Amino acid sequence: MTFEITPDLAGEIMDLTVEHLVLVGVSMGIAIALALPAGILLTRRAPLRRWVIGFANVMQTVPSLALFGFLIPLPLIGGIGKHTAIVALVLYALLPVLRNTLTGILGVDPAVRESAIAMGMTGRQLLYQVELPLAARTILAGVRVATVTTIGTATIAAAIGGGGLGVFIFRGLASVDSTLILAGAVPAALIALLADGGLGWVEKKLSPG
Amino acid sequence: MSALVAFRNVSCRIGEKEILRELSLGVEAGDTLVLLGRSGSGKTTALKMVNGLLQPSAGEVVVEGTATTAWDPIRLKRRIGYVIQEAGLFPHFTVEDNVGLVPRLEGWPPDKIQARVQGLLEQVGLPPAEFAARYPRELSGGQRQRVGVARALAADPPLLLFDEPFGALDPITRVELQRQFLELRRRLGKTAIFVTHDVREALVVATRIALLHDGRLVLLCTPAEFLRAQGEEIRAFLACLDTKVEPS
Repeated sequence: MTFEITPDLAGEIMDLTVEHLVLVGVSMGIAIALALPAGILLTRRAPLRRWVIGFANVMQTVPSLALFGFLIPLPLIGGIGKHTAIVALVLYALLPVLRNTLTGILGVDPAVRESAIAMGMTGRQLLYQVELPLAARTILAGVRVATVTTIGTATIAAAIGGGGLGVFIFRGLASVDSTLILAGAVPAALIALLADGGLGWVEKKLSPG
Repeated sequence: MSALVAFRNVSCRIGEKEILRELSLGVEAGDTLVLLGRSGSGKTTALKMVNGLLQPSAGEVVVEGTATTAWDPIRLKRRIGYVIQEAGLFPHFTVEDNVGLVPRLEGWPPDKIQARVQGLLEQVGLPPAEFAARYPRELSGGQRQRVGVARALAADPPLLLFDEPFGALDPITRVELQRQFLELRRRLGKTAIFVTHDVREALVVATRIALLHDGRLVLLCTPAEFLRAQGEEIRAFLACLDTKVEPS
């Protein structure tokens, strides 16, 4: 068995890698923009917590291929193409970010929170100067998990016309061509490793104190 | 002369439990009032009503002539220094940033904050050159508590609240910090309310002692009067002083 990377294939790998990165980047951006404020809000609204975490949990348990399938017939957010893929990836990435935002903020030492309030910090100052900095590592750990998972799951987006490195994998599976499968799988794995390493490094840099 | 802090028939109910019942007392400027009592006597609850961390369910707490409910809650807290057990320092702030917190919140210019922090660290016996840049985890328990005291003094509040500040320290450090407390009081003339369950500590730091039992004020007197006072709860506390230790 030989693996030959022709100039054509190399070019396509580049294109699909960029497409994959865009897919992951946009999905993670939206997921963080939703989950971080939602997580902060939930630290202030205990009764809502169960419902929102429950919803995010259920989303995680749905097999990814099935979720992509479910979304196709839906109006507005559904259909075939990139936006449907992004909706699905966002739904997956929500839970780790949301849960870690909650855990991080609720894990702040109550004595520290009380003294912040007793020093006369406003709610906003408490959040930005105490709670978020102290929770930053935990929140970033959630972002890291979500990012690595999203990079993998995004390969399935090709099944509904989302593009990305999954295109190679599905094409390779259909034509029983290992080279094609690897052309999709290896770059995806490398991106995941790089993202994991990079975010891990940032996480260490954020160590409080 | 009107009291700096006055409790007027203050009760506090949390759920079904009545934590504090009709407490009335005043704290004059320059006083150190010690709230003494067992765990659950309501002493910390009473303290937290002074800076508005808790609100009375009946009666009112008056600070500088205004009921705490009528104060802007942020202004009230920034006018009152607060020291708690284990200091409650921010682990992600250096000693310098911890001490300068309230001045920074109040918008002091940075050079004034720095000068103030340096002066305070000197006063609590932590040379700034050595300690200013450290993080709380790089300090001993006693040093952390000193930083906590410096932080409470930072914006020069007329009133300080101490919630069992030395409770978690070893006995020797504890005595050192009690001594420092007395020295700072002599030098700065601040008014303080001090919560403890340690009768020795109460007798050392207080100008007046308020003994609380089951949310009620049992006795309000000077330390000298306390030693001569009669009553069951008073005897229980004084008995702690007499305990002889027989080595086996």
